[in-house]
Amino acid sequence: MVIKTQPFILNMGPQHPSTHGVFRMRVTLDGEVIVDLEPVLGYLHRGIEKLAEGRTYTQVIPLTDRLDYVTSMTNNLAYVLAVEKLAGIKVPERAEYLRIIIAEMMRISSHLMGIGFFLNDMGAMMTPVLYMWREREKLVDLFEMVCGQRLLYNYMRIGGVSHDIPEEFLPALKKFIAEMPKFIDEYNQLLAGNEILLARSKGVGILPRDLAINIGASGPVLRASGVNWDIRKADPYSIYDRFDFDVPVGSAGDCYDRYWIKILEMRQSLRILEQAIAQLPEGEVCANVPALVRPPVGEVYMRIEAPKGELGFYIVSDNSIAPYRCHIRPPELINLTALRDMVIGWKVADLILTFGSIDICMGEIDR
Amino acid sequence: MTLLEQFHIWLKAIWPGFEWAAYLVPALVGIIIIIAFILIMVIVFIYIERRLLARFQIRLGPNRFGPEGIFQPIATALKVLLKEDVVPDRADKVIHFIAPLIVFIPIMLIFAVIPIHEGAIFTDLNVGIVYVVAISSISTVGIFMAAWASNNKYALIAAMRTIGQMISYEFPIVLSILGVVLLAGSLSLNQIVAAQDIPFFLMQPLGFAIFFIGALAEMNRCPFDLLEADSEIVAGYHTEYSGMKFAMFYLGEYGHTVVHSAIIATIFLSGWRGPVLPPIIWLLIKMIIVFFVIVWIRSTIPRLRVDQLMSFAWKGLLPMAIINLFLVAVEKLWLPAGMPWLMIVINFIFAGILILLWSRLFTLGGGKVEV
Repeated sequence: MVIKTQPFILNMGPQHPSTHGVFRMRVTLDGEVIVDLEPVLGYLHRGIEKLAEGRTYTQVIPLTDRLDYVTSMTNNLAYVLAVEKLAGIKVPERAEYLRIIIAEMMRISSHLMGIGFFLNDMGAMMTPVLYMWREREKLVDLFEMVCGQRLLYNYMRIGGVSHDIPEEFLPALKKFIAEMPKFIDEYNQLLAGNEILLARSKGVGILPRDLAINIGASGPVLRASGVNWDIRKADPYSIYDRFDFDVPVGSAGDCYDRYWIKILEMRQSLRILEQAIAQLPEGEVCANVPALVRPPVGEVYMRIEAPKGELGFYIVSDNSIAPYRCHIRPPELINLTALRDMVIGWKVADLILTFGSIDICMGEIDR
Repeated sequence: MTLLEQFHIWLKAIWPGFEWAAYLVPALVGIIIIIAFILIMVIVFIYIERRLLARFQIRLGPNRFGPEGIFQPIATALKVLLKEDVVPDRADKVIHFIAPLIVFIPIMLIFAVIPIHEGAIFTDLNVGIVYVVAISSISTVGIFMAAWASNNKYALIAAMRTIGQMISYEFPIVLSILGVVLLAGSLSLNQIVAAQDIPFFLMQPLGFAIFFIGALAEMNRCPFDLLEADSEIVAGYHTEYSGMKFAMFYLGEYGHTVVHSAIIATIFLSGWRGPVLPPIIWLLIKMIIVFFVIVWIRSTIPRLRVDQLMSFAWKGLLPMAIINLFLVAVEKLWLPAGMPWLMIVINFIFAGILILLWSRLFTLGGGKVEV
């Protein structure tokens, strides 16, 4: 006897515990198996690119905070680097180092949340998240020391950073760097070798190398597929060429590799932080830049390695005080386009897991 | 003979001509005792779980209402009861209403036979363990009804998972119980407790492990909480429930945990037996130890996927349970009586070998379907 079955459509999100914001997926299911998936975007659209056109170059910086709010200052960095490249502004040494320190701290903070929520999506009931938040809390305290904010920092400026770090910042950061490897070991002890974690994530949601390159994926998602591509190495910006660090590369391109690469990257970020602190020079933290920057007519594309991939700013200037056009290349949106190919044929639980492993933040995708 | 039965005989003697009343009064007293006991235990377990989970997650947990927050479950219960009862527009309203009852009532029925001293609360049934297994699977029907009646796709997925999970895990559970029955030589829970001069988890480590894992799946606790996997299918079968009906499910979930802790304590940890303290205290202590382990597992381990869950039951637990049963039967037949220590050693060695073997042979992977 053959039982007649038919696929049904399930709307996952925008109100769903693990769509990390307001992402919506229209999933066609055959029982538990995913037959088709169609993402529906735009629930968090605020028109940041258009808003940027009506503001001066400096006033755009707070807007970039609201892109990927987990790594605000990295977005600041990408934007100010683009404007500096366009206007030809030279940044003082100390500011460069401070920017790198902050950006790498942001990378650790973002990866902590990414790993935590990945494990949470797997069903490990908040425990990993809360363990990782314990360290993220320390990072947020450090950010608060630097710029007085805990979420949307608005710290970078065109030509440097808004103000110098306080005295107590460096000792606290050194303490954090010394402690952090032990905590990373602790996370690994908690779950990394767990049989269920391996069974759930190894071989699940594979993104083949060719496909990853074709769709333009970047960041940990691309590197997990076995492509050695890190903009910090491939196209060094700021002063990344002065530091010695490795780029962890995966091989299988499955959820486990994407998870593991984030752990390895945190260790590399700690290495960069150590070197940056050792080399940190004294001096000015902001170049002498006019309040209203008027870059010459022209256009620029500046990309950096944000925690989640290649974050690019494309800015067109018409020599006025506001950008004529400001386009953002969000890494997460491009990575997310691979989701359908990764999950077809897998089950609902794998969809959530794969989605979590891409590590997205809706603020940047909908912009 | 239980206290209630003695009460019944005494009533019959002093109320000649009112036989029905002599039945009714002890029955009502027993029902009230069971409901009160379960509700109190559920509240205690909810409190313990919340505080323990908080400790595992480096939080404090609820500690404001009452000393160390002991009244927090009462506040939670009141909050849930006062919420609006929402029934979806196109739900099957009658079944939507009945389902929580069907989930909750079997739990009370099971407690009728759990021995808390030399007799049970209600009756010392001579096929007690069969009764327990039979009644505890009724709530599967309730969960399926709830999921089907709420006309929600998440609930529908949960319903599909429920049926597969509950049926699959009955088999290893029953087979591991059979080992205990063979050792004790009786189906009565009280006889099983009486036979445990050495607790059966030492005599049958493998059976204990299988039963514990199966019980986790039966009561939908982590890592088998696929029915209400909150990160995947929102709240599973009770997505569309609120207010009093949701409270019934909540009670049902914790009631299941209470009952299964009691069953595990009874058939593997020598039940109410123990020195010095009164029997009921010993039973409670053992239940709480079992519950501690359950919470510990919940706070640490990720969830299995549905196909892995099924293959774990059919390819992992079931063959092991059969081998275990066979082993116990052979030992019962051939080992000389009065040498339990020999049996313990043999069983531990066999449990180790089997678990090692299975961990090598058996993989949870796979899962991709061509579409």
